[in-house]
Amino acid sequence: MNTFRQRFFGNPRVIGGLAWLGLVIMVAIAAPLLSPHHPFEIVAQPFLIPSVEHPFGTDSLGRSIWAGLVHGARTTLVIAILATLASVAFGTLVGALAGYFGGWVDDGLMRLTEFFQTIPSFIFAIVLVAILTPSATSLIVAIAVVSWPPIARVVRGEVLSVKAREYVQAAVLVGQEDMAILFRQVLPNTLSPLIVTGSLLVATAILVESALSFLGLGAPNLMSWGFMVGAGRSFLRDAWWLVTIPGVAILLTVLSINLVGEGLNDALNPRLSDL
Amino acid sequence: MSAPILRIEDLRVALPAWSDRPLAVDGVSLAIARNEILCVVGESGSGKSVMAKAVLGLLPAPHVRVVGGAIHFEGRDLLRAEEEEMREVRGGRISMIFQEPMVALNPLMKVGAQTDEIFRVHTDLDAPARRQRVVELFSDVHLPDPERIPDSYPHELSGGQRQRVMIAMALALEPALIIADEPTTALDVTTQAQILTLLKELQGRHGTAVLFITHDFGVVAEVADRVVVMRNGRLVETGATGEVLRAPQADYTKALVAAVPSLHPRHASAPDQPAPALALRGLNKVYGGRAGLFGGPGRRVHAVRDVDLEVPRGRSVALVGESGSGKSTLARCVVGLERADGGDIRLDGENIAGFSRRQLKPYRHLVQMVFQDPFASLNPRHRVGDIIALGPTLRGTPKREAWDRARELLGMVGLQPEAVGRYPHEFSGGQRQRIGIARALAMEPALILADEPVSALDVSVQKQVLDLLDDLRQSLGLSMLFITHDLRVAAHVCEEIAVMRHGAIVERGPTSEIFADPRHEYTRQLLDSVPGKGWEH
Repeated sequence: MNTFRQRFFGNPRVIGGLAWLGLVIMVAIAAPLLSPHHPFEIVAQPFLIPSVEHPFGTDSLGRSIWAGLVHGARTTLVIAILATLASVAFGTLVGALAGYFGGWVDDGLMRLTEFFQTIPSFIFAIVLVAILTPSATSLIVAIAVVSWPPIARVVRGEVLSVKAREYVQAAVLVGQEDMAILFRQVLPNTLSPLIVTGSLLVATAILVESALSFLGLGAPNLMSWGFMVGAGRSFLRDAWWLVTIPGVAILLTVLSINLVGEGLNDALNPRLSDL
Repeated sequence: MSAPILRIEDLRVALPAWSDRPLAVDGVSLAIARNEILCVVGESGSGKSVMAKAVLGLLPAPHVRVVGGAIHFEGRDLLRAEEEEMREVRGGRISMIFQEPMVALNPLMKVGAQTDEIFRVHTDLDAPARRQRVVELFSDVHLPDPERIPDSYPHELSGGQRQRVMIAMALALEPALIIADEPTTALDVTTQAQILTLLKELQGRHGTAVLFITHDFGVVAEVADRVVVMRNGRLVETGATGEVLRAPQADYTKALVAAVPSLHPRHASAPDQPAPALALRGLNKVYGGRAGLFGGPGRRVHAVRDVDLEVPRGRSVALVGESGSGKSTLARCVVGLERADGGDIRLDGENIAGFSRRQLKPYRHLVQMVFQDPFASLNPRHRVGDIIALGPTLRGTPKREAWDRARELLGMVGLQPEAVGRYPHEFSGGQRQRIGIARALAMEPALILADEPVSALDVSVQKQVLDLLDDLRQSLGLSMLFITHDLRVAAHVCEEIAVMRHGAIVERGPTSEIFADPRHEYTRQLLDSVPGKGWEH
């Protein structure tokens, strides 16, 4: 049986996904160096077609699309990752408590989860951002609030199956406390599906963030890919690059995350992909 | 010997590159004659099931594939047959009986309809004639009420009845060869005995050849005409059953045969009755009965009823019973994983029945458990040292001291002390079970509760683990309650036996007395069902 490393990095789709993600992350980190201009700064006349001087052209107000792209990568990634971390943390807690303690704790927490799942998530996110007034924080909160239920359900299912294993009974027999058993014995063994779901959640978070920004509900003073698509959409017939360039960036990033997530899944559960 | 029906010549089956060995089956040749039962014996990983699947062309290609040899059956080489041809062979000429009938049967289809399907596909019989054949078959395998059983779903039948249905389906088209892969391993002893008798009877009546795959020498002694012993994909020994069992030639066969616990009961060492380490009085446990939110009252199961039992200090008592007899529930009540509904559980004289987990804490170290499944009983993400030292650390032993003790314990159970730093997946099943024993001993218990500790292990490893448990118990002066379904194992390690059925203890006494003179009818039935009881090595 080859190791996790071999299975993960031996997969060409994973390599492709990781390459693009690595590029996006590096660009996001080095944004101020790659583009000294502030993304909202007017640098040239509007609607310049991509050229050597302005590699991705300029938008309807004469702002550099390149600057928007690299600074937007920052905004998009930071918001998506923070939102994912928040929803994974909350979802894991809810799912773990529900699965481990069962009984009325499970009933209560799962009814709460279902309550959140019954509301169409994107509309719920719009409502949340509108109530909280658009800002980076409210975007993160909104995305986290609509995306934790699936995590809670995945973790609950895993905890239910792990807690029936004999090593958990052995821990009970030597007198370990419930919370210690949950965090030391049970949760570490639910990690692999959690990692896969969590990584795919980043992709969803990027899409939600872009969609909210597209609708003008994004963080007002931060450039983001969704905002760029939204701002350029009225000029689609005259200046295709305003929409296409950030759109392709969103597409490639989401696709890469999905490829890496699936690669993780195949590498963590080799039997499923093998036989 | 008449001309063989099936002849396997120098069969080689390759495993995928990442496996621990290149060939699953490495140059095996064997032959089965008409009207013969050939047992293929081997431990897990010996390649016996892969060989059977190769005969039927059911290998999970492309990862596992045949790379050489020939399988001659009725004048053709099955390895070179077309898929169309193979389908015909599989349906009519060779049939298969699986280990787990619940998985092999379609749960959504009545068993009669599943049997009927065979005739519909392979014969031109009309519906009433097919029904007639199904009823005949079902009465042939001694299913009760063969007129009614065809209209049952698999879940409505018992395990033994399901296996009878499988056998009926295997016999449907009068095949020349039946391949039975561990067909009785999932069944209780008494059911196993009935199924083995049935298989022999039918095989004799129809003159079918049977390739019988098993790991159990008792079963071999019961049914086989000839035996083939396999190890690591190679053929180790072959011969007539009586000869191989009585005078095995190969060292490996000798070791395997010697590893089967003998049915000679162990004698109680001292006649005195010391104070019991564990005493149960009128213990009861009822499951269910709580009404669901929308459902009616739930089904109540009286898992343990009015059980009285003592484990004298320094003795080992076997609790013997078939699945569903309540023996595991009883164990879970004793260690506090379940709360008893009534009665006393006295550990060293202290009644702990009905205690909460917090109240139980000071008594935890008194009784520790060795679990059944060595792959599920150790946390895969913890190092062996942490696993063993967890209990003592929680009781306040400094970590360094607990780890030193863990090294010592690993030495006692026959592992390297350096194993503390390694993870469970680096060990084999038997070694893991040793780690589980070390974990139980780390709490310095007075009573060890062993719940089928060897039933998931290979025969040769079983014996080692049993002997280890026995040695440790005697040298440390522990008491043990040993839960098992296997009377051989019980006779090997326990001075006393309690037989459990439907939640109640039906008979109890010294092992030697119970073996010599079983009083209860069920005990007699259990003793009669032990496979290979007539064979003593």
